[in-house]
Amino acid sequence: MDFLIFKAPMLMVQASLDGILLGILFALIAYGMALQWGVMNIINIAQGDLVILGGYIAYTMYLAGIHPAWGVIVSPIIMYFVGWALYKLVINKVVDRDLFISILATFGIAIVFQQLMNFIFGADVVVAQSEYGTTMLFDNSVTLPNSKIFSAFISVLYAVALVVYMKKSRLGRAIRATAQNARAAKILGVDTEKVYAATFGINAALCGIAGALISITLTLHPYVGLPYTVRSFMIVIVAGLGNLPAVALSGMGLGLFEEFADYILGTEFRIGAVFMLLVFILVYRRFKLSKKREYLK
Amino acid sequence: MGNIKQKDLILYSGLIILGLAAPYLFSAFKVQLTYLCVLIVLAMTWNLQGGEMGYNSFGNILFYGLGMYLTASVQVGMFFPLAEWTESGGEKTFVHTTAQYFQGIGVGLLVSAIVPAIVAGAIGYAILGLRGHYFAICTLGLGIAAGEIAGGIEIIGAGQGFTTPPFPAEIVDVEARGKFFYFLSFALLIGTFVFVKYIYGSRFRLILNAIRDNEDKAEAMGIQTMKYKIVGWMVSAFFCGLAGGIMGGLIGYIDSTDVAFDGREMGVFMVLMAILGGKGTLWGPVIGATLFHFFKEGLWTLILGWQYVALGVLIVVIVVYFPEGLMGWLREKYPERFGEVIDDKDRKAQVELK
Repeated sequence: MDFLIFKAPMLMVQASLDGILLGILFALIAYGMALQWGVMNIINIAQGDLVILGGYIAYTMYLAGIHPAWGVIVSPIIMYFVGWALYKLVINKVVDRDLFISILATFGIAIVFQQLMNFIFGADVVVAQSEYGTTMLFDNSVTLPNSKIFSAFISVLYAVALVVYMKKSRLGRAIRATAQNARAAKILGVDTEKVYAATFGINAALCGIAGALISITLTLHPYVGLPYTVRSFMIVIVAGLGNLPAVALSGMGLGLFEEFADYILGTEFRIGAVFMLLVFILVYRRFKLSKKREYLK
Repeated sequence: MGNIKQKDLILYSGLIILGLAAPYLFSAFKVQLTYLCVLIVLAMTWNLQGGEMGYNSFGNILFYGLGMYLTASVQVGMFFPLAEWTESGGEKTFVHTTAQYFQGIGVGLLVSAIVPAIVAGAIGYAILGLRGHYFAICTLGLGIAAGEIAGGIEIIGAGQGFTTPPFPAEIVDVEARGKFFYFLSFALLIGTFVFVKYIYGSRFRLILNAIRDNEDKAEAMGIQTMKYKIVGWMVSAFFCGLAGGIMGGLIGYIDSTDVAFDGREMGVFMVLMAILGGKGTLWGPVIGATLFHFFKEGLWTLILGWQYVALGVLIVVIVVYFPEGLMGWLREKYPERFGEVIDDKDRKAQVELK
């Protein structure tokens, strides 16, 4: 097979670097998903649409003449309140119920978000120009946009800050206590309702950061939210809940997979490859788990 | 079927007569009526595994889209080279004669029923081992992946879409096309209903319910759950494929993500309709689909542009506030009508609580 990527080793380096930088961004979104899944037992299909909304906030700033990189500070603040409002409106009614209810309800939220973004920002593919330039490596054969390096750096920064916050702060401890045992936490005086609202808000804020970074590194479109949801879902399944190094690693793995799939299968199959990977991971997991089942022969 | 009560007999014959007369009574709404039949079929078959088996699938759209592409491909491929047909993109370089058209659609529908069922059986062992939300997300992924992949395959039109053969020009009656597709879908509806009703009276349904209520215990009781789960999914796939084939012919144009693997519309509609009417009941999906269709057709034009926002809000409201659906609500209100016996003692206790 004569794939271009196997002939040119530099393309391989290019794809790997792109994949890793992109994967760090995915890991940030996945961290938010793991947080809400672990604490509230909710799978949020609207996760990707929160990301895109965060991106559009940065894009609006760009249109207003402010540098879009400031979006990584403004967007999470706005998104925190969006998440908080969403919790108070809908999510608090599905927390204790069947997971499928939360999937369907957030699916409905995702549709509403997509349409509203379509109305407000239009159906065009947009990108906010950061004008950071590019870095050339290896004799100009590998080009790396500085915005991608910036986004990976900011992602790591925020992830570390959040980990420290979860470890040290009072709210962070309350969130971890609720995740371990909501009932016991309640008995010991933790206002779980507040904790849930804060968790969902923090998740939305993480999405806001990721969205602002996506607005300068990739492209925005009202209907591309679902792939981000699926990517973060995959990362969480592979890494497990509450295992941050594993989340970062599997995020990078996913980024690598996507970049190579892009080169080998062609860009038109990229999203298809992501969804097929999801199916394969789930099926693999099912066969691995079924081996562990014990029964009498 | 000797044990049908007289009351039911009147109901069923009334509905069949209404169904047969509908295209003449509401001549202008034949396409909508065809849609209604297909929607009911989709909701009923979704309910068979979502409601009865407890396996909430977002991926039945996979079989629907597969059926659509298969019917059209077979209909074209039997007589003409498929690649050249899709390349010419709707231009009439090849024309089906009347006989060719009906032969093609007949064989195509046969294929589009059997192949999705086989596909469901083949992937069933891997996919149906997943439980709960993993199954839901996995099937969601399958449906979208299928759409994305179909959008990249050249021979079935890739991103440009696939024009299905036009209705034969020799039949000059302008009403014929609408009637043909209506009666086709109505026949499918009757077939589906009879089959699902048969399942409702059989041991198979009890097994599906046992799987829904507690799969591990069902397995411990000696039921080979996997076998029944796969058969249940194959039944859904069979009817979804047929429904897709009919819709492909009716719409006349197949797009990979907007018509065939339309997870954003059909894929959600079938779940919503079944939940709206009441999961796990025979009539629930029928009522849910009818209500939903009337609501959709009535309001869609009034709130032009906002219909998807309304759809999203509707999903949230139904799921959060009416998870039991219409039939579930009626059942709680009038349990006697559903053959549930409540002791006087319990009734008194409930009254005292109030």
